[in-house]
Amino acid sequence: MKFGVVVFPGSNCDRDMHDALAYDLEQEVIMLWHKDKDLSQFTTDDCIVLPGGFSFGDYLRCGAIARFSPMMQSVIEFAHAGGKVFGVCNGFQVLCESHLLPGVLLQNENRQFVSKNIFITDAPGNVYKIPIAHGEGRYYADEKTLDQLEANGQVLFRYCNEQGGITDESNPNGSLRNIAGICNPNRNVFGMMPHPERACSEALGNTDGRKIIKNLLIARQLVY
Amino acid sequence: MTYTVQIKVMPLKELLDPQGKAVKSSLESLGLDGIEDVRIGKNITLLVDAKNPVQAKQIAENASKKLLANPVMEYFEINVN
Repeated sequence: MKFGVVVFPGSNCDRDMHDALAYDLEQEVIMLWHKDKDLSQFTTDDCIVLPGGFSFGDYLRCGAIARFSPMMQSVIEFAHAGGKVFGVCNGFQVLCESHLLPGVLLQNENRQFVSKNIFITDAPGNVYKIPIAHGEGRYYADEKTLDQLEANGQVLFRYCNEQGGITDESNPNGSLRNIAGICNPNRNVFGMMPHPERACSEALGNTDGRKIIKNLLIARQLVY
Repeated sequence: MTYTVQIKVMPLKELLDPQGKAVKSSLESLGLDGIEDVRIGKNITLLVDAKNPVQAKQIAENASKKLLANPVMEYFEINVN
């Protein structure tokens, strides 16, 4: 499988994502410009990544303008055809604005831009230390949508403490039900606020991000 | 004819508005009494070329639904002048 990383004006984690995928996880990576729309070199076994940053300066709403760039039209078609799409931070916001994932990311409850290591969990006993860096990461959806997400097992990650306890104190932004990452019902579109690509290199002292990217995007490939 | 269309975009009433909350506490610390709540949204002004006010409103409504407001978090009101 190979990866395509979309670059929007204002993306600032596109190179981190490229390096994590190419050098730390030894994957083939192609950079994609938002004004292009050709995804013909990708098959539905591949994965398109929407990186973090401040696409279009976060004007209007985070991710709202990126959603209408030419490349996003192709990414939306790609997702509907079953291709994998992975959005991190601003990429998650773009996926919600594109209606590929339900809900929205609102301004953090404490009104602050939060940049630090936090802990997330995907199953009891699994705790990952991953950095976050966002001002608008408070996941919100109505109660019905939240219940559906939980019933379908679409909540991928929740904020937790170092021991894996899902508590209010470990929730850095006020996300409902501590939600840090979700997927769509078909499980081919993934979005998360924390930055696993910033935790993939031994030189950075944390490789928990590798496990996340492998489990979410690469290992699945082997199962099929 | 050109119409000036004002679109008011506000956070949904059930949503916490951290910006409004911050401003409210600032108003309180100024000693201004009687302000029970503050909500902050945005005002978008469009100049719209349309045949009549009804059509101008339709154009603005379409723009609001497609891009200017996100119904998951916001509602909008349109005024045509």
